[in-house]
Amino acid sequence: MTEETKPFEPVIIGFTCNWCSYRAADMAGISRMKYAPNVRLIRLMCSGRLDPTFVFKAFASGADAVLISGCHPGDCHYAVQNYKALRRFLLMKRVLAPMGVEVGRLKLVWASAAEGAIFAKEVNQFVEEVRKLGPLNWNKEVGGAVAEPIKEEVAA
Amino acid sequence: MSVNGSKPKFAMYWAASCGGCEIAVLNTNEKILDVDANFEVAFWPVAMDAKYKDVEAMEDGEITLCLFNGGMRNDENEHIARLLRRKSKILVAFGSCACEGCIPGLANFSSIEEIVDTAFTTLTTDNPNNIRPQTSYAAPEGEIHIPTLNPVLKTLDQVVDVDYYMPGCPPESPQIAAVIDLVIKVLKGEAQLPPKGSTIGAGDSTVCDECPRKRNVKLIKEFKRIQDIAPADPELCLLEQGIPCNGPATRSGCVARCPQAGAQCIGCYGPAEGVVDYGARLIAAFASVIDSDKPEEIDQILDGLVDPAGQFYRFNLAGSLLHASKAAQMSGNR
Amino acid sequence: MSAEEKKPKERIGVYVCHCGSNIAGVVNVAEVSKWAGEQLASEGVVVSRDYKFMCSSLGQELIQKDIKEMGLTRVVVAACSPHLHEATFRNACKGAGLNPYLCELVSIREQVSWVHTDKVAATEKAKAIISGGVARVAHHEPLEPLRVPIHPATLVVGGGIAGIQAALEIADAGFPVYLVEREPSIGGHMAQFDKTFPTLDCSACILTPKMVQVGNHPNITLLTWSEVTKVDGYVGNFVATINKRARYVNTKDCTGCGICQEKCPKKVIDDVFEAGIGYRKAVYTPFPQAVPKYPVIDRENCTYFLKGTCKACEKFCPTGAINFNQQDETISVEVGNIILATGWQLFDARRVPNYGYGRLANVFTSMEFERLSNAAGPTGGNIVLRDGHTIPKAVGIVHCVGSRDKNYNNYCSSICCMQSLKFAHLVHEKTGATVYNFYIDIRTPAKGYDEFYQRLIEEGTLFVRGKVAEVTDAARNPGEEGKLIVQVEDTLAGKQRRIPLDMVILSAGLEPRADSKAVAKIFGISCSADGWFIERHPKLDPVATMTEGVYIAGVVQGPKDIPASVAQGAAAAARVLGKIQQKEIALEPVRATINEARCSGCRICNNLCPFNAILFHEDKMVSEVNPALCQGCGTCIAACPAGAITGTGFSNEQILSQIEGLLMVNLKSLPLPVEQ
Repeated sequence: MTEETKPFEPVIIGFTCNWCSYRAADMAGISRMKYAPNVRLIRLMCSGRLDPTFVFKAFASGADAVLISGCHPGDCHYAVQNYKALRRFLLMKRVLAPMGVEVGRLKLVWASAAEGAIFAKEVNQFVEEVRKLGPLNWNKEVGGAVAEPIKEEVAA
Repeated sequence: MSVNGSKPKFAMYWAASCGGCEIAVLNTNEKILDVDANFEVAFWPVAMDAKYKDVEAMEDGEITLCLFNGGMRNDENEHIARLLRRKSKILVAFGSCACEGCIPGLANFSSIEEIVDTAFTTLTTDNPNNIRPQTSYAAPEGEIHIPTLNPVLKTLDQVVDVDYYMPGCPPESPQIAAVIDLVIKVLKGEAQLPPKGSTIGAGDSTVCDECPRKRNVKLIKEFKRIQDIAPADPELCLLEQGIPCNGPATRSGCVARCPQAGAQCIGCYGPAEGVVDYGARLIAAFASVIDSDKPEEIDQILDGLVDPAGQFYRFNLAGSLLHASKAAQMSGNR
Repeated sequence: MSAEEKKPKERIGVYVCHCGSNIAGVVNVAEVSKWAGEQLASEGVVVSRDYKFMCSSLGQELIQKDIKEMGLTRVVVAACSPHLHEATFRNACKGAGLNPYLCELVSIREQVSWVHTDKVAATEKAKAIISGGVARVAHHEPLEPLRVPIHPATLVVGGGIAGIQAALEIADAGFPVYLVEREPSIGGHMAQFDKTFPTLDCSACILTPKMVQVGNHPNITLLTWSEVTKVDGYVGNFVATINKRARYVNTKDCTGCGICQEKCPKKVIDDVFEAGIGYRKAVYTPFPQAVPKYPVIDRENCTYFLKGTCKACEKFCPTGAINFNQQDETISVEVGNIILATGWQLFDARRVPNYGYGRLANVFTSMEFERLSNAAGPTGGNIVLRDGHTIPKAVGIVHCVGSRDKNYNNYCSSICCMQSLKFAHLVHEKTGATVYNFYIDIRTPAKGYDEFYQRLIEEGTLFVRGKVAEVTDAARNPGEEGKLIVQVEDTLAGKQRRIPLDMVILSAGLEPRADSKAVAKIFGISCSADGWFIERHPKLDPVATMTEGVYIAGVVQGPKDIPASVAQGAAAAARVLGKIQQKEIALEPVRATINEARCSGCRICNNLCPFNAILFHEDKMVSEVNPALCQGCGTCIAACPAGAITGTGFSNEQILSQIEGLLMVNLKSLPLPVEQ
């Protein structure tokens, strides 16, 4: 174990929707609100575009957490598509848990275009929550054969 | 078996598998005679008595066609996979184990310690001294070695370069027969092999394409187990009856054998063409058709899916994006 | 199954903008540009530059020069938000001969330099974002916008002043308009007012000429007593389904003589036009100058519909225009654009129990007072108490009821200060009573408004700065018996006051209509958290919505006064006329396609589309996306279990690559955000 002098900085992938949550992030920027630099955003047209493949890809590729955001229920620019994102999110959590991805690493927040402050707050809160969970360090390339036997008790 | 050296060589090998793929090949019935007529069967542990050193003695590429089934569970599996890759012109990942991990891949939910403990301490194992296997043992006759277990199971293409994939658990015998026919035609110069990396012996779409059941717009209010609805309506789509059928995401080619027999598809033919993660497709599809917008109600409906990770990754865990659970990844490290 | 990494064949140019010091002040743009040129070369980057203002003509020329001289096939600009300059850079590429959709703008300003203080972390994040953009852009495809024709007709929903203005402008320009209004007459709330500030014009006098123009206009089809129930289609090609409620009056025969109303024996409290303080009949026109002039029968209160008797209106109608057997009629109209001007409703002052409205007789709402003061109202224009004859000697006007209040509505309703001053003037003028205005701030920003305030001061209005705590009839001190007492902290005098009054008027705030969310859904637009319809940009595009072809005007977009509503109605009309003149519109080519061969006909996608763009072909057992209806949300792409649905602009390959790029999967130098 190496000594960590600096606190762990999570790397988080965030999915935003073009009409509400991405504009909320823009609004936070326009208003010069400050938040943690740990979230890297991807713009989708709608949270309904969120394919669970993206979430798994993010975890498998090194992200410590994933943030999904979209319009408030009832306010989706495409009428009702954010509800699909909600349902996928709930099912994804149930699949990620037995894989060893803590449920706290996947979060869903709703933010409208005017809610820059809420977006900034949610980001900061999520970064701290993930910091407590620690790095995920997903390792797809687990190495070859285990060299040593598991237990060395020899039968009498 | 003829030993005429001028016929192209054929090999079939089983790594971590159940033997079902071998049976499926034999279930092609008379077609097996075509194999014998057109190939020299050079290495097929279930059917003949060739040794590893026979394979090692071959030239690289000497085996024309190798059907490799089973997953990479231990270092012997990997070693033979690499060996057969070198010695084969065409290496086919045959069957779900080699393609995507299949049932042995389910072990990737657990750490290697859990797996070994379960195997050596449960009721069916008589192990009063609580020993675990060791990879080498000094017997009076000499050192004995057994293969070492990998902490996670890998698919064939996670270890070697694969030319073609034939999915299925097992691949359907008529499909196998069709592929044998194709290869024989190719050898005679009458046909072309598909591009390298293709999936063969399977359809272009998903199981629903071959399923005769009637389907409507889907709105699921409840997930049920098939035994709770016995009997299910034989004409209507199983998913619409609340039974979580994996057919919509599973590659076609099996003529929807299970739904036609009254059981839901469990997904042995793997993902459709171009799909990156099989389980993700099912998560998206099932979640999208749940008939509710309220989180509490959605959770209640999802409670009907008793083991979603197992349901969606039953055959595809090792081949999925996440590949293995954290516990499995962390295991074997000391 | 692991896919082989393909060697990138694209030639990508990266351009990092300083944006003056907006980006360069926090992000080390030179370092980022150099890094991109070196570290992303393996991803296809052949040139990487940084420049002060990429959106300037010189900045754009930089890109164009490189496209021509270096044969760039893809461009990534790292600058401000795509919502600002995506079109700018796309056009620049187009000008140099590169398909505009092969250009990606990633934000390192709103997303990075404006929101992070740690310069090292911001610089590293900028690198990651550019890496994501480069990875993504390699998978972009050249696309062409979809061109669709624009139907020249327009649907205007809401016959208040904003809707009337919009309808007249479009109709005067020579194009057909359908004006749909829920009430029996157009006119909206403005028809209810007495005088308008600051000119004190009689509201009906300035409104009715416009109403008459609408009624007579050859290009306007007026559909009152009607509602839009469904809208299908897309910009340029909407089909609106309208329910025309039965008036039970045959409009071809009705002359508007009014005898039916006169003879009708059934009086009903008019809680719409008369704000509940006056009556109408069961067969009625809301007010004498109603347009159209045809009355309607209120079947919930009509004696014939309730008991099967009476029919006085039918007996006395000189032209036999009454028809009790009339049915609701559903019609469909084809239009190219829609303007929503459905207005507002008054904040329900009963929600503020300490002000006593609904319990204390002489507490009135602003709308009730408008009807009192209106010469055509139930008291003939006399300002009297609820007993119908007592003239008040002391009147209090409470500002900000239900507005600027975290307990009710946080926002300012914009017009209540001017309205309250107007009330003060009318009370002075008509009763000579002492008038108190209880205010928090006096908001009189527009032309003539502050002068109006000064006039009211000169008229002797007493202003008390303080939020009224309570309006009560519980007398405590001598002189308070039989009065309404306003308990308020006079913040300028620094003390609590109890002021006895005869009448209290509550300037209740403006609220979105109760069904605004449902209406927004019908038209495919969104409401903000407060319930007002959301505009495309609050500063620069207040009448457009995020939905192409649907515009908003008037208070439906947020509280405003009449001149602003008129201006927005005209603005929306101008936008629509601009579109109609172009005859066709280019739609963004972000949409989904179903691969017929891969589609298994599982039908899981079929009910995922709110725009009904997905059809199922029973004969072929496959689903299909109609590209003209598809709005490009991508939900079906994500849901298809067979992976048979693909989408342009936000494809799986693009997004998966972007994820890898953001996480720097293929690069050796993994960035680590440094602690704050």
